[in-house]
Amino acid sequence: MVAHPERYDVIVVGGGHAGAEAALAAARIGAQTLLLTQSIETIGQMSCNPAIGGIGKSHLVREIDALDGAMARATDRAGIQFRVLNASKGPAVRATRAQADRVLYRQAMRQIVESTPNLRVFQQSVVDLVVEGDRVRGVVTQSGLTFATGAVVLTTGTFLGGRIHVGLENHPGGRAGDAPSNALAARLRALPFRVDRLKTGTPPRIDGRSVDFSVMQVQPGDDPVPVMSLLGNAAEHPRQVPCHITHTNATTHDIIRAGLDRSPLFTGVIEGIGPRYCPSIEDKVVRFAERASHQIFVEPEGLTTFELYPNGISTSLPYDVQVNLVRSIRGFEQAHITRPGYAIEYDFFDPRDLMYSLETKTISGLFFAGQINGTTGYEEAAAQGLLAGANAALKAAGRNAWCPRRDEGYIGVLVDDLVNNGTNEPYRMFTSRAEFRLILREDNADARLTEAGRELGLVGDERWAAYRTKRESINALRDSLMRHRVLPGDSVALEIQQRTGEPVSKPTDLLTLLRRPQITMSALSLLAPYVADASDVVRSQIEIDSKYAGYIARARDEIDRLKRHEEFEVPADFDYASISGLSTELKQKLGAAKPGNLARASRIPGITPAALSILLVHLKKVRASA
Amino acid sequence: MARTTPPSPDRGGDGLERDTIAAVATPPGRGGIGIVRVSGPNALQILTDACGREIPLRTSTLARFRDAKGQSIDEGIALAFGAPHSFTGENVAELHGHGGPVVMDLLLSAMLSFGARLARPGEFTERAFLNGKMDLAQAEAVADLIASRSEAAARSALRSLSGVFSQRVRGLAQDMLDLRVYVEGAIDFPEDDVDFLTEGRVGERLERLVGALVALIRTATQGAILNEGVTLVLAGRPNVGKSSLLNRLLGFERAIVTDTPGTTRDTLSESLDLEGVPIRVIDTAGLRIAGDAIEREGIRRARLEIEEADLVLLVRDGASPESIDQLVAEQSLQTRRLIVVTNKVDLTNRMAGEVAGSIPPEVAVSALTGAGLEALKRHILRAVGRHDEAGVFSARRRHLDALNRAHEILERGLEALRVDAAGELLADDLRRAHDQLGEIVGSVTSDELLGEIFARFCIGK
Repeated sequence: MVAHPERYDVIVVGGGHAGAEAALAAARIGAQTLLLTQSIETIGQMSCNPAIGGIGKSHLVREIDALDGAMARATDRAGIQFRVLNASKGPAVRATRAQADRVLYRQAMRQIVESTPNLRVFQQSVVDLVVEGDRVRGVVTQSGLTFATGAVVLTTGTFLGGRIHVGLENHPGGRAGDAPSNALAARLRALPFRVDRLKTGTPPRIDGRSVDFSVMQVQPGDDPVPVMSLLGNAAEHPRQVPCHITHTNATTHDIIRAGLDRSPLFTGVIEGIGPRYCPSIEDKVVRFAERASHQIFVEPEGLTTFELYPNGISTSLPYDVQVNLVRSIRGFEQAHITRPGYAIEYDFFDPRDLMYSLETKTISGLFFAGQINGTTGYEEAAAQGLLAGANAALKAAGRNAWCPRRDEGYIGVLVDDLVNNGTNEPYRMFTSRAEFRLILREDNADARLTEAGRELGLVGDERWAAYRTKRESINALRDSLMRHRVLPGDSVALEIQQRTGEPVSKPTDLLTLLRRPQITMSALSLLAPYVADASDVVRSQIEIDSKYAGYIARARDEIDRLKRHEEFEVPADFDYASISGLSTELKQKLGAAKPGNLARASRIPGITPAALSILLVHLKKVRASA
Repeated sequence: MARTTPPSPDRGGDGLERDTIAAVATPPGRGGIGIVRVSGPNALQILTDACGREIPLRTSTLARFRDAKGQSIDEGIALAFGAPHSFTGENVAELHGHGGPVVMDLLLSAMLSFGARLARPGEFTERAFLNGKMDLAQAEAVADLIASRSEAAARSALRSLSGVFSQRVRGLAQDMLDLRVYVEGAIDFPEDDVDFLTEGRVGERLERLVGALVALIRTATQGAILNEGVTLVLAGRPNVGKSSLLNRLLGFERAIVTDTPGTTRDTLSESLDLEGVPIRVIDTAGLRIAGDAIEREGIRRARLEIEEADLVLLVRDGASPESIDQLVAEQSLQTRRLIVVTNKVDLTNRMAGEVAGSIPPEVAVSALTGAGLEALKRHILRAVGRHDEAGVFSARRRHLDALNRAHEILERGLEALRVDAAGELLADDLRRAHDQLGEIVGSVTSDELLGEIFARFCIGK
């Protein structure tokens, strides 16, 4: 073995969405960082559907952006169709979604990686970890090169022990066309982590020149075109193109049913657990037999290719069945498949073996992020990558780890769900997972996270300046509205009574009046000229806060309690078995989870308020005698 | 007059909660004084609200207690203690009123309507401990007290939920889940070709749900479907006079009384009002080696009743008394909830009444003549008052409280539906209301809710 001359503070293994954000975050904090990848060309590769964002996911993207991560900026440079989902619903659940050109996205990501100080890239496959006692000391690559470091972030995606299935045929693979990381998988299986298998899948890709779009429904992007990053603008977007929608039909379903005897999913060849949502098309046809058709979004893969991604027909049926089922679909009658669909099984490690920093509990300095932790989705991976990379750098600098709380970000919800409860299916973010959904919005991701990010060293000067400008404008407008009092009977009061049907019966400021459902910011801009001067972003954030004010106030009590619980730390060596008054079952659950504080203890399934009280009483005694 | 300004309104010590709690602090019973205790930052404000004026600290003040609507409930003594000079170390208010269960319940519910939360079992002691009012060495004792009272409260709750009541709460919780499936589905899956809101008829479902909730609260408030009172079991070998004792307690012939062992073939249940404390008395089939299948079933049921009871009267024949230890072992009884009743003292030369110094407590009676029955009643009352805080009254109050809160939240949800057309505001109200029902029938996690959506709808692409 040959030792590489330089020692790095942080080494990130893998250049996907988790790996790229991890390496960038570590470098932004100031760690000398190395990104090791099998292939530099695939940094930022979108292995599945060519889209970023969507419900719950775009919230993560905005949070990554608020911490100066790359995903939103890359999306603005690569997005070829932007839409706001849930536009007719409230602001908390509105979500931006972009179709991305795969090539442009990779280029944008690679450009950001290559222009970031403190970050170097090296192309080699990692086959082993150097572990001394319970500490990670370095990594070894396929050619026997050893890199010394104190912190390693593993972002191996579906590559660990990856196996690709098409029909009853299967072979080792990390992604179509790429080799799996079997040596590393075997190495990790030898470490004291709980490991299991998950499964995910993709649809066959189709050559657009063989498709009849004229019989499909057109789905254009929004106008005006949305923007993902606080630092982005619509002028950065490449040319915009539409998506199309078509449907499966009874013939398609018959073809699928006839092929089930050669489905690896239905013949028990695949053992890994797939998600309950987003099932393969054969799953949909079997589980929802009464449905006569299923929707397919026909998504362009990019501006410089004809290839299409038919979102909705993920399948691991044999190739001949895939051809027939695709050609039974309206508009696809002549379709040419460019790449067959497949299912992939891979290793993941039980995230309950991680701390909130995403560092493993048993090997100091070893961090996991992305699909290795049982999640699915680029956004979920990127969010974890950013957090793991930041914490690896903080550890290298001897600083405390950081993780946002559940009320501070979807990143907090994601990590808390994983670390506290584990997962038995590929975990995907949904807004219904967030009990503080009305607070965790796209529009205020920066207000929630940018200041914390700045303190950590994650947020650069450009973003910090942009954030401060926005914050100051918001504060200025809010102050003006608060000082602008309307007196009963004056012209503004009469105008408001006319609009709302409700009189202004006592002197009231405009900010308070904004809480009335019928009073919008644009209505106020007619009454108060300075409102019209403020930007849309500024106006809408104040408006949203006002409309939700009652609900947010109600959540504050919960958040205050959450904070107190978080602050009440449980010593790592606390002996749960010695707690009198708790059932054996709860003692075991607590002992297994070792929650670091009371808030985490309270979220362990089966923990009652009484059990928490009992724990608290014992902790009080331990603390006092410490 | 002393001022009642709260010395430190946000004083919460190391407690998990900073809210104000209330509970009945005295055992139930028609006679004497009953106390409702309130502790927490708002305790003194709540006392002021209930009395219509400020109550000076640490002085007994005669006051009239009123509910939030201004209706008079009772007249009694009001006491106020400022933090940290109180039992719990927080602001504490006490309302001493007439001790009947109805008055106590009205006073307690008034405290809740003024903003207090119903205390969890053992919570006053917990706060006292966490605020340094107790020796740290008592941590184990405090933890055990919380555990045993919570357990007793769970048992009471189980009993106070009659089949009809829990069925209806479960029904409501199921309707709530159905509704949330549509509302959450509409938010999280707008791109899937399911029209959740139209298909879910959300407005209609919500109105129906509120209607059902209101109806259940009305019925439950009238007490019609909640089992009230304490459960007391008559246990013992056959033909020792259990049924006669039951009849004596009830004052009329109820069970079939014969001289043939094993005549009582099934458990019988009767209601008894002992000085204002409602008590359900259950006579068990004579526990002996069973003859036929029916008798075996009777014995099986008897064992269940004994396990769940608040109090067991172990009856034995005074004319040929078996050893208590042997009976306890034979019938696997829990001694901490046991009174031994030695019957048929009229056939012996023993004195009727309490047997001094006996553990477990023993009372000698004659079911035939009624001798010793007064002493037995006193014992029963003392025994059932023991864990009042966790008793059936608070179980019932706890359920009503959860239903009322759910109702209050859903009324706001109806408003939210008008403003926001089944969006995220209604979803937030539904989640909170669902959590309230969850306190009675078990909660549903967001992951379980998602599972429900995926099971019912073909989601994903």
